[in-house]
Amino acid sequence: MKRFGLISVPYFWLLALFLVPFLIVLKISLSDTALAIPPYTPTLDLSQGWAGFTEWWSGLDMENFTWLTQDDLYWKAYLSSLKIATISTILALLVGFPIAYGMSRAPDDWRPTLMMLIILPFWTSFLIRVYAWKAILSQEGLLNQFLMNIGLIGEPLTILNTNTAVYIGIVYTYLPFMVLPIYSALERLDESLLEAAEDLGCSRMTAFWLVTLPLAKQGIIAGSFLVFIPAMGEFVIPSLLGGSKTLMIGKVLWEEFFSNRDWPVASAVAVILLLILIIPIVLFQRNEEKQREAGK
Amino acid sequence: MRRLSWFNTVSLTLGFAFLYIPMLILIVYSFNGGKLVTVWSGFSTKWYGELFRNEAFLDAAWVTLKVAVMSSTIATVLGTMAAYVMVRAGRFHGRTLFSGMIYAPLVMPEVITGLSLLLLFIAIGLDRGVLTIVLAHTTFSMCYVSVVVSSRLVTFDQSLEEAALDLGCTGFEAFRLVTLPIIAPAVISGWLLAFTLSLDDLVIASFTSGPSSTTLPIKIFSAVRLGVSPEINALSTIMIGLVAIGVIGASLTSKRAIAKRAKDEQEAIQ
Repeated sequence: MKRFGLISVPYFWLLALFLVPFLIVLKISLSDTALAIPPYTPTLDLSQGWAGFTEWWSGLDMENFTWLTQDDLYWKAYLSSLKIATISTILALLVGFPIAYGMSRAPDDWRPTLMMLIILPFWTSFLIRVYAWKAILSQEGLLNQFLMNIGLIGEPLTILNTNTAVYIGIVYTYLPFMVLPIYSALERLDESLLEAAEDLGCSRMTAFWLVTLPLAKQGIIAGSFLVFIPAMGEFVIPSLLGGSKTLMIGKVLWEEFFSNRDWPVASAVAVILLLILIIPIVLFQRNEEKQREAGK
Repeated sequence: MRRLSWFNTVSLTLGFAFLYIPMLILIVYSFNGGKLVTVWSGFSTKWYGELFRNEAFLDAAWVTLKVAVMSSTIATVLGTMAAYVMVRAGRFHGRTLFSGMIYAPLVMPEVITGLSLLLLFIAIGLDRGVLTIVLAHTTFSMCYVSVVVSSRLVTFDQSLEEAALDLGCTGFEAFRLVTLPIIAPAVISGWLLAFTLSLDDLVIASFTSGPSSTTLPIKIFSAVRLGVSPEINALSTIMIGLVAIGVIGASLTSKRAIAKRAKDEQEAIQ
């Protein structure tokens, strides 16, 4: 009986506030848009019992989903989110790997400090970290001032309000998620393996490719998913650093909901976004399980 | 002792410069006298004064703090229960669904979580305000708490609990007197994580807040959307300072606790 109480409290909390809300999104995504409050007409009427369900089923037109395929905006936004998330993930890997590698080669008594320096930004406000780049990247910003002072450029570059600024923002804010899993993979690496490879005639570069990289693989995969998945649905970074041309699906959903007040379309956008993300989420969990088994 | 090669030195220096220079610039320019955030015009603390006279910011800060304390506390209780269920309850009906619901919110895009909760609150006719933000924040942060706590529970020696039960403790007493003190560090870090997640959240709060319950991130977002402002720099500096003190303080305390435990054990052996 006690066990039932222990299980049921968190269980029902999550059912009521996680699963049910999502079913409501699904239901509204299949409703018709209307000029009313709330601004949709439900097509499923369960008060009529089974008759209500069959009527809904026969009248189901997936109108909002067809709409998503007809208007260019939506599929362009999905594609552009995919592109931005992919490029940012690759950039984060290129920036993050050398940091994780350097940390794993650092003297033992430096490591806790280095670790804290990586985690500290994660505890500071995400919004503030994105905002910090606004003053750096603008036309009269500090980066342009610096580059012009050292004579590298004559004219200020336009970086703020472009996709470049969005890449920088994503790499900057999600870098700890990339560094930490790679570091924990590299830290476990037994250095005698590298010595053995060198004794057997590998150059340091070849030893890196043949020994270090394969052993860091799962850390790299985990880090990449941890950057890619949240970047896909990102809203704050494109709306603060991106321009009017920066299309990302999180921003489209937000505007559909708050500006156009089209709840059914916003819900349909959410459903499709989740369908796209299910693939990387499942792959990520597989990778985690593999790692857990390897750790045992 | 190992020495860093030049390559590793360079990559660490550049990496940490990339992470910290933007925040340092933000802090430095919060003490700028001028209105422009990119031109230095003398040292001044006037933006801090402006900030503390700004009623709207102070109100929002108060709402944010209330929401964060309430939601992280409830989330810690629920998350610890959930972790206990995941690690100890064995098999029960709907276990797969349960673990799915624990892990899914961790990777769910915030816009979807926010939208779905708002639609729920409207469907059941709950007015948006502090309560709805607390419910929303509790739901996603309890999942983080349960991940942190269950990673500690897995390594916990269950025979200690059984010993307490054999010696006549009730189940709850065994939990309170044996299990809780041992998993306490994980529970505390879970609470801290839930607290900062709540302080930091813009997207979910925007969906679930009402007109009278604006939180600080919502306020900051609407201010910085228009451009940079030195007042926001001052506010950011205060927030970064508090976090730095908190994190460094917590790590020093835990370091000292570990050192003390090692010393005690040493003495016990002798």
